[in-house]
Amino acid sequence: MSELLTLSRVETHIGRYHILHGVELAVAEGQTTMLLGRNGAGKTTTLRTIMGLWRASSGEIRLGGERIEALPTPAIARAGIGYVPETMAVFSDLTVRENLVLAARDGPIDETRLDWIFGFFPPLKKFWLSRAGTLSGGQKQMLSFARSLIEPRRLLLIDEPTKGLAPAIIGALIDCLREVKRRGATILLVEQNFRVAQTIGDSVAVMDNGRVVHAGPMAELAADAGLQHKLLGLSLDTHQ
Amino acid sequence: MSATDIDAGAALPKAPRDLVPLLLPAALALIALPFIPSSSTWLTLTIAGLAMGMMIFVMASGLTLIFGLMDVLNFGHGAFIAIGAYMATLVLLPLTGWMQADSVWLNLAAVLPAIVLAVGVTGLLGLAFERVVIMPVYGQHLKQILITMGGMIVAEQLLYALFGPQQIPLPLPASLRGSFAIGEAAIEKYRVVCVLVGLAVFLAMLAVLNRTKIGLLIRAGVENTEMVEALGYRITRLFVGVFMAGSALAGLGGVMWGLYREQVNAAMGGELLVLVFIVVIIGGLGSVSGCFIGALLVALATNYVGFLVPKLALITDIALMVAVLLWRPRGLYPVTSR
Repeated sequence: MSELLTLSRVETHIGRYHILHGVELAVAEGQTTMLLGRNGAGKTTTLRTIMGLWRASSGEIRLGGERIEALPTPAIARAGIGYVPETMAVFSDLTVRENLVLAARDGPIDETRLDWIFGFFPPLKKFWLSRAGTLSGGQKQMLSFARSLIEPRRLLLIDEPTKGLAPAIIGALIDCLREVKRRGATILLVEQNFRVAQTIGDSVAVMDNGRVVHAGPMAELAADAGLQHKLLGLSLDTHQ
Repeated sequence: MSATDIDAGAALPKAPRDLVPLLLPAALALIALPFIPSSSTWLTLTIAGLAMGMMIFVMASGLTLIFGLMDVLNFGHGAFIAIGAYMATLVLLPLTGWMQADSVWLNLAAVLPAIVLAVGVTGLLGLAFERVVIMPVYGQHLKQILITMGGMIVAEQLLYALFGPQQIPLPLPASLRGSFAIGEAAIEKYRVVCVLVGLAVFLAMLAVLNRTKIGLLIRAGVENTEMVEALGYRITRLFVGVFMAGSALAGLGGVMWGLYREQVNAAMGGELLVLVFIVVIIGGLGSVSGCFIGALLVALATNYVGFLVPKLALITDIALMVAVLLWRPRGLYPVTSR
């Protein structure tokens, strides 16, 4: 399977702090790659560096073979990357409808696709004309997801989507991710919840101290409690 | 039907809007009513306050968007107010004959080109100011204050050098002189025109911000520029457009204020800037509606207090700002988290 996204020797500095130390990562086309690691390992920085929100100070980032690390963020987004940040970053002064109108940058919203999204996230239909700032945390996450799905994207970067959410909402997000994946989307997903990661991940990369310290099939890591403990400080048997 | 017109939630209750700030100007006017000796005086003061508020709104509306969207503390905004007024004198003084004629059309033929010149020049100067002065200091508030304040001083001194130190008269056109009589109250025609122009600017801004994609981008950008870029939009182009529009509105406000005072001087921008900043802070950074209400509140309060307790007039604006911030620390309608 070909690689849609590759990072080679990527270094990122934020101010005087050196956060990424030569990240090597490959995301295969049509697969869901989980990016795991302890807090502060550099997962969010990796996603933000791919999006150009923080500049790589050296190294190469390629999307479909084309280098993108020097492109401005809007150009990276237009190259086909959808981004769901950890903070959700919905526009709270805008309605649900207006948030999605903005996300559909290439024209009017596709009604069929919107109905498909409403199928996973009914509250978005219910609160279509409500301001996003009035939504609950879970509903904001649904909107943030919907914004990245309202038009087809080559690659989705999703940062800790289940953080702090109720189990029912996590279930809806997992169903949505499974369906998106079934439709052939490529996803790079940061996730702290190993159960969720195991459920939807095809492959995994584990980060520590600004580097990728392990990469391989998800099933391999899920089956090896010792490796989990070594890489993540947890075991699937004890971590829910 | 396009998907953007889907009214899937139309039958469902919308989130409640915060209407309390909207009622404040009317509440202030009603509170002042029993303290003012006659209703005609109250009406005159209220219309004068509304007119002044509209002029301040026109000047401040651009600044609040610049503040909110670009996170730029533009102390040079006052320069565009003064430059707009001076540009109007370039057209109106040679056309004094048309201005004093008893024909509305001749008056308009003089005033409209003056407004077009003022708005055009300040808009273009805004473009140059953003590219040359502001761009190098994005994200650096202290430098922004220093350099925009410097720009303001340079502009003011240039106006002195080009037009001289004296005040330049800017008489009202003949058709806008005089008053309407409503009962015993005399309502100046020009103040009514100011109210109408201010309302038109406010409604136009609301229409652009709420009904167009550019408007959505501006509102989204005021809240989170990074996410707008992550959606694939070039926020820098929006910055330039908003800065030009904000500067042009300051220029229009300068023309309105110059005609109101019937004179122009180079220091007028600096004098009005304090008022403009107070209005922007009261309204909440980035909020056009908040700015509108803030401008009306400041102007009405200034007029009522100036009439009732003249000695307190000087501190009215600051006291109002303190009161609003004690109630709502981020202004009436905060949009940004800054």
